[in-house]
Amino acid sequence: MNPVALGLAVASAAGALAVAAALLAPARVRVALVGVLTAVLGAAGMAAGGAALAGHIFTAHVSQLLPLAGVYLAVDALSGVFLSVGGAVVLAASVYGIGYFRHSGHNGHSGGNGRAIQVLWPVFAFSLVLVPAAASVSTLLVAWELMAVSSLLLVVSEHRRSAQVRSAGVWYAVMTHLGLVTILIGLVWLASAARTETFAGIAAAAPGISPVVRGGVFVLVLAGFGSKAGMVPLHAWLPRAHPEAPSPASALMSAAMVNLGVYGLVRVGLDLLGGGSRWWWLLVLLLGSLSAVYGILQASVANDLKRLLAYSTVENLGLILVGVGAAGVFKDSGFPVLAALALAAALLHTMTHAAFKTLLFLGAGSVLHATGTRDLDDLGGLRARMPVTTGLFALGALGAAALPGGAGFPSEWLLLQSLIHGLVVPGVTVVVLLPVAVGAIALSAGLAVAAFVKALGTGFLAKSRTPAAEHAHEPPPAMLAGMGLAALACAGFALVPGLVGPLLGRAVAAAGLGGAGADQAAGRLSALGSTLSPLLVVGGALLLVVLLRVLMRLVARGPRRAAPLWDCGAGPLTPRMEYTATSFAEPLQRVFDNVLAPESDLDVTAYTESAYLVERVAYSRAVPDRVEHRLYTPVIGAVRRAGTASRALANGSVHRYLGYGFASVIVLLLVLAAAQ
Amino acid sequence: MTTSSVVISALQVTLVLAGAPLLTGLMRQVRARLEGRAGGGVLQPWRDVRKLLRKARLDPEGTGPAFRTAPLIGVAAAIMAAAAIPLAATGTALGSGADLIAVIGLLTLASAMLALAGLDTATAFGGMGASREMTITALAEPTILMAVFALSTRIGSTDLPAIVTAGITDGARLASPASLLAAVALAVVVLAETGRLPVDNPATHLELTMVHEAMVLEYSGPDLALVELGASMRLAVLLGLWASLFAPWGIATTAGAAAVVLGAGVFAAKLALLGAALAAGEVFTAKLRLFRVPELLAGSFLLAVLAVTASFFLN
Repeated sequence: MNPVALGLAVASAAGALAVAAALLAPARVRVALVGVLTAVLGAAGMAAGGAALAGHIFTAHVSQLLPLAGVYLAVDALSGVFLSVGGAVVLAASVYGIGYFRHSGHNGHSGGNGRAIQVLWPVFAFSLVLVPAAASVSTLLVAWELMAVSSLLLVVSEHRRSAQVRSAGVWYAVMTHLGLVTILIGLVWLASAARTETFAGIAAAAPGISPVVRGGVFVLVLAGFGSKAGMVPLHAWLPRAHPEAPSPASALMSAAMVNLGVYGLVRVGLDLLGGGSRWWWLLVLLLGSLSAVYGILQASVANDLKRLLAYSTVENLGLILVGVGAAGVFKDSGFPVLAALALAAALLHTMTHAAFKTLLFLGAGSVLHATGTRDLDDLGGLRARMPVTTGLFALGALGAAALPGGAGFPSEWLLLQSLIHGLVVPGVTVVVLLPVAVGAIALSAGLAVAAFVKALGTGFLAKSRTPAAEHAHEPPPAMLAGMGLAALACAGFALVPGLVGPLLGRAVAAAGLGGAGADQAAGRLSALGSTLSPLLVVGGALLLVVLLRVLMRLVARGPRRAAPLWDCGAGPLTPRMEYTATSFAEPLQRVFDNVLAPESDLDVTAYTESAYLVERVAYSRAVPDRVEHRLYTPVIGAVRRAGTASRALANGSVHRYLGYGFASVIVLLLVLAAAQ
Repeated sequence: MTTSSVVISALQVTLVLAGAPLLTGLMRQVRARLEGRAGGGVLQPWRDVRKLLRKARLDPEGTGPAFRTAPLIGVAAAIMAAAAIPLAATGTALGSGADLIAVIGLLTLASAMLALAGLDTATAFGGMGASREMTITALAEPTILMAVFALSTRIGSTDLPAIVTAGITDGARLASPASLLAAVALAVVVLAETGRLPVDNPATHLELTMVHEAMVLEYSGPDLALVELGASMRLAVLLGLWASLFAPWGIATTAGAAAVVLGAGVFAAKLALLGAALAAGEVFTAKLRLFRVPELLAGSFLLAVLAVTASFFLN
């Protein structure tokens, strides 16, 4: 039997069993059972993806499942990348969930062990495996909607906690469905132009479709898939919804679900439509650069740990889109090797981002679990109480900061390499836009370091700022195991990224960049291990640290002893004197004042006796999402005004409503008559 | 990794390790003489290191592993950079690990660790220094990457030996607009990354203006010796990198002993010259206000972008 088919079958069976267990099993064993079965689902999905990457191809048509069309499934190496990434994230998050959901009732609400969450969890996990395996428009749309709805319900599952959760749910529901609508229109338009709805048929018919239709389809699917991938300016739902979901679900959304936006774009744009025009990809490149800079800028001033991570997702998906856009530009300019390199960089970054973002979100979940807060200003000092979590979070932060020794370094390196070679591509727009993209990557790399030093330094190091942080404790073993799995993946990518080189070569070939270009690029990618040797640099640095440590111990006199901190002679220091996350980010916020437009409010209350004696000073600061503020508020306002204005049309008279119906039929008939 | 490449890297590391404090001493001495003081002599930083190494190791209360490891990582990163960058000869031991982006990443990692150590002390000084240092790093790193990009596009590689070799064999390349713009941009960033005037004042002891010194305020004894050593090595490595990229003459392209020794001598001379010039310049420079620094860095970023654009257009 085809190993991909076997993997998918095991995944489906495990998913069905998990749903059954969630419904039928007693509360005592429910979480463990669902967690283990969903972990099996993830592992099977990962294995199926791995088999696809190893060269096995799988196609199937199940005509009984969906009416009219049936379900088409196909897994090639490109799907394999997203299948294995999604499966791996599901595996780590499910193991983690066994501990998290059992114990998440820390603030008086019913925990995650209720039936609803436990049913949704495997459904969402299964949809993440199903989307990349879909091979027809209707199958993709059904899987896509399954993913959207199950994740939406997971986001609002803690709706009793705060109004923020409800608002996040509304934002997510509206934006994900608008995205679905644009994808639906785009793909249906494409399918009707191609006169078939299977991907294989569309890919064969695509060269004959007029460029106008293809351009229109591309813009529509870019809006839909880009919004799922958190592309600015369609990212507004992401920093709201991801932080409010239960942490393992945040990990699934931020590390696996957003990737499928990229998958959709690559599948439709590069594979089905076969590249198209250069402006498509320049648009993707530009929007990707914008997302990268804007996302990390917001992350570097965010105080909420999970919001910071969500904005970092916007940044990283922006970087991936830069790679995809560059691949498209290179392909259309006739440089297949470069295109393959750029796409491979994007796919590698998808993998590494999934690894470190899973780790970071699970770490943030452990912090939330231990302290009940996500506000970095209220944390601090977790290192003493949660040493393992701190260490693992540090590994993830190193990856997100894209520094050597971190998972993100090899992929960002490869991305820069592919852009550096873009000099050969002719055309003024390319010459202008490529340096802009490189500048965006560079700026986001610098700001990412600041953002993650802030997250780690003010959240985990230093002294505890609140009693909640002071009484933190390590999470249960299952949660640590989930984080450990993600950490293993991070370490693997950081030290031996070359291992995935040949796999990426196959994935790139499957994305429509076939031929000599892909072969040559695959050769280069398998040499990745030797061209980029993080093992040597990182290993050498680590060895030196150990050597220096031993040396210092030999040179120094006597053991280390404690000494008081320098307090300027003004008495003992208190945690209130520490730098908080807000104060840490203040210089950056000031530098980017014009972009971020922060709102601060200073309220001074004087004593009634004298205006010069201050009783109380209240200071508040917020950095609203400016894109959201400027772009969405007017649109929402306009829709609301239109709604109010159209109320005059509905005055309650039945005659008038019948008149409307009659008029519509007449107009429709006239239009049809004119069109004949 | 051949024997000769290991020898070259070892030589470079030894040179930087032994010479970096001397470079700092030389710069202080030049400055002292120009300001009409006697100065402590070129050997003073080494005497300081010796003095500090003899002191007891103290752990400020409440600090953890980040605080203790940061000085070690600082020195280790500088050593790795010294081993990788073609300072005296192009055939360094790390081979293709001698990647410009990787080297810059390592040095950034060291400053990020030091910022974490500053935050770990939970004092206002530590946090202040860390916050400022990270702001400067966040704005300086893009410039470095852009300058790297400008230098790499024509060679088609970020491999340092390849870039330096191209500079040696084709001298005209160094006088191209892209290269000149990148040189200015990188010079500004080297000043910022090593905490020199006008970005940070290495001699200041006024808390509110400090960046680097505030961050490392809690270090004492052997740890402080490592921090100081790491900082001066960082200066030597970054100045050496700048010299190798924009004035590569004298760097040995073969592994012959005479060429390598000559290369090492030229490298030492270049560093001394650059250091003396920098120190002389600092006498006439005032420190910028902290919130004017981003303007300076934005200016250098712009130059780097122009360098990239020039390298695209003028090809």
